[in-house]
Amino acid sequence: MALIPELAVQGAQMVLVLLLAPLLTGFVRKVKARLQRRRGPSLIQPYRDVVRLMRKEVVLADNASWLFRVTPYLIFAATWVAAALIPTFATGLTFSWTADLIAIVALLGSARFFLALAGMDVGTSFGGIGASREVMIASLAEPAMLLIVFSLALVAGATQLSTVAAFMASPDVGLRVSLGMSLIALVIVAIAENARIPVDNPATHLELTMVHEAMVLEYSGRHLAMIEFASFLKLLLYVSLVSCVFIPWGLVTSGARPQLLLLGAVTYVGKLAVCGILLAVFETAIAKMRVFRVPDFLGVALMLALLGTLLLFVSRSL
Amino acid sequence: MSKRKMPGLTDLIEAGRPVEYHAPSKRALVAPKVWNLAVEQLAEGRWSLLGLWGEPDTVHMALLDEVRDIGVISLQCPGGRYPSVGQRHPPALRLERAASDLFGLSPQGLPDTRRWLDHGQWGVSHPLATAPQAPAAASSYRFLAAEGESLHQIPVGPVHAGIIEPGHFRFTASGETIVRLEERLGYVHKGIEGLMKGSPVDRAARLAGRTSGDSTVAYSLAFARAAEAALGVDVPRRAVWLRALMAELERLANHLGDIGAICNDAAFAIMLAHCGALREHVLRASDAAFGHRLMRDRVVPGGAASDLSEEGTVAIRSVVAEIRQRFPHLVELYDNTASLQDRTVATGRLKGELARQYAAGGYVGRASGRDFDARRSPGYPPYDELAFDVPVLQEGDVNARVWIRIREVEQSLSLVEQILERLPAGPIHVDIAGPNGPREGMAVVEGFRGDILAWLRIGEAGMVERCHLRDPSWFQWPLLETAIEGNIVADFPLCNKSFNCSYSGHDL
Repeated sequence: MALIPELAVQGAQMVLVLLLAPLLTGFVRKVKARLQRRRGPSLIQPYRDVVRLMRKEVVLADNASWLFRVTPYLIFAATWVAAALIPTFATGLTFSWTADLIAIVALLGSARFFLALAGMDVGTSFGGIGASREVMIASLAEPAMLLIVFSLALVAGATQLSTVAAFMASPDVGLRVSLGMSLIALVIVAIAENARIPVDNPATHLELTMVHEAMVLEYSGRHLAMIEFASFLKLLLYVSLVSCVFIPWGLVTSGARPQLLLLGAVTYVGKLAVCGILLAVFETAIAKMRVFRVPDFLGVALMLALLGTLLLFVSRSL
Repeated sequence: MSKRKMPGLTDLIEAGRPVEYHAPSKRALVAPKVWNLAVEQLAEGRWSLLGLWGEPDTVHMALLDEVRDIGVISLQCPGGRYPSVGQRHPPALRLERAASDLFGLSPQGLPDTRRWLDHGQWGVSHPLATAPQAPAAASSYRFLAAEGESLHQIPVGPVHAGIIEPGHFRFTASGETIVRLEERLGYVHKGIEGLMKGSPVDRAARLAGRTSGDSTVAYSLAFARAAEAALGVDVPRRAVWLRALMAELERLANHLGDIGAICNDAAFAIMLAHCGALREHVLRASDAAFGHRLMRDRVVPGGAASDLSEEGTVAIRSVVAEIRQRFPHLVELYDNTASLQDRTVATGRLKGELARQYAAGGYVGRASGRDFDARRSPGYPPYDELAFDVPVLQEGDVNARVWIRIREVEQSLSLVEQILERLPAGPIHVDIAGPNGPREGMAVVEGFRGDILAWLRIGEAGMVERCHLRDPSWFQWPLLETAIEGNIVADFPLCNKSFNCSYSGHDL
């Protein structure tokens, strides 16, 4: 196989996630606005926000350390790499051997670790509140995510996403209870990880209720742009993950003809749109829960993922 | 002594030296002994404090007794000193601190002597005293302490992440649980009372309408009624009814906005979108009917400033029909969304006894079982001719405050319909040039937040000598501090919005 086209497809995938991520966020916002009978901002508003923030000056607290300045880039890089590893429209890309679920969880975990540190770095009370809430959520979301990974690995026999996706698309899968549980758990984890309602409210102006936003309150300019972009990418990442693992149809292999690759890309965008609409509808229909109810909510994910894993030990066919 | 018959407010006032002209209730200069007797009645919870305000050498206290008589007692303060009310009746604390900042009166025995409205930024201290002094040396504000292991403080505001009024909140929390909340207000002090001093009645009326923007009709009405009482003016019937129409439209718009905003603070944005649209339609109908969205300066001493046209009537009727059709669905949505109910039920509970002690007006008091509505008692026209209920609930949580608003929206819709049905014809304004000489008037008017008290004295040449406007928030802000105790930090915005106290009206 020629290396150049392979790399080109891999590169296309990396650029694609970068380009699509703000659009997905803009799309979810638009659908939510429409559901509330508002006109809502333009679909490309998130791109404009990023450009606006990049042009703005950075205002730093006097006591901000190097960690505070470096964190936005770390978060952006880690999230981008993680998002680019997930097969979006094609499997078997050049770097797909690295597309290991555990690696992705680790990348996101590192990003969160640095964000929580940066939140506490300048010593404002909101940063501290945000960091403590974020870590409380993470302490349940991460084990749940790992258990989901175990379930999938037990079913598909690998933690590598290309293999998992290929297995899930094959007729060998059948109807499995454990996979259903994993899907629900993954959706819950995705909602919590992306700071969506009912766990957090991405649109709030109430500093006391914030989780993610409270940690980034002190950021401005290009630093904020990086963090915002990272959260767009994270949403895209989870949507891609859900669609790659649970709706793998339409994925093409990397060596396919360009027309097929294009078809794969169109299918992918369609999946994003469907997931985006579902997310918007869900968020419109539900109020945010009390901070102390979040562990219950995530506990459901943890229990389902655990049950899914256990079921697979009881029976290979469940 | 214990068998002694409890003196009523009227007995107390008769025991004093009544002033020449004070309408509709009475005011008397009393001796310190009588003053203390009144404070005792307050402290024992038999009477309610309606207001406390100063003058350079006098302090006044408006009271409501158990038979719902209203009156004012005044005490001369030789050397600016008088026995503190706040030391025995805490609701007076902040009012006394404010009077001390403005007039230099020093309440003897007041447990809290920190400045309240004066943040050391005025360039002068005691601006309304006979001889204002140079500003006192700036000192940092000492927040009340909370002791315990692993407590931490969270300062919030006065500049907030959202576009709201400025106020500082100091939380002491143990993890997420709030141990103590202390408010610091006064950031939007505009000097309304100072500006009113010596100004003609019409200018003072305009100032009163700018005390708190969302209650401009209620404030204008309170001021106008007080001025009319002082001058003995009879307002034409049509004007009285038009004013009530405006007041109900204002209540409708604000309650609709609040219901949506409370739900939005629980991240249930769809309620805000729908209620916001309804509120906007009420404002537009008000604009069509009276030429101003918030109806500012439409209530004037002597009547109303603009008459209701045929198109205006049609606009109001159509918005009432729209709300009648759409609002029940929103109420159903509120009631049937379990995730939303989970946030509002049992959150920020205010005890009934505290609501009574503080004489909390409006939805704050009525959601905690305090059955008081100034439209009914003391009552003012045209409400005596209109049929309406005053909803009262006992729970005192955020949910109860939402439900009081929902019920009041329904009552206001019915009131608007009744008024439009029976609006009398005739003139809408009379001249208010009245007799000279010191004449005093007082009015209690029900705004959407609760009862607003206006007291004024008109002096020689018809100029306002002293005017005091007491926002309902004076007695609601302190209750927010207690309602939030034991709740979690993240629930504060929801509780705060359910109180929706005015910063501007409180800071004057």
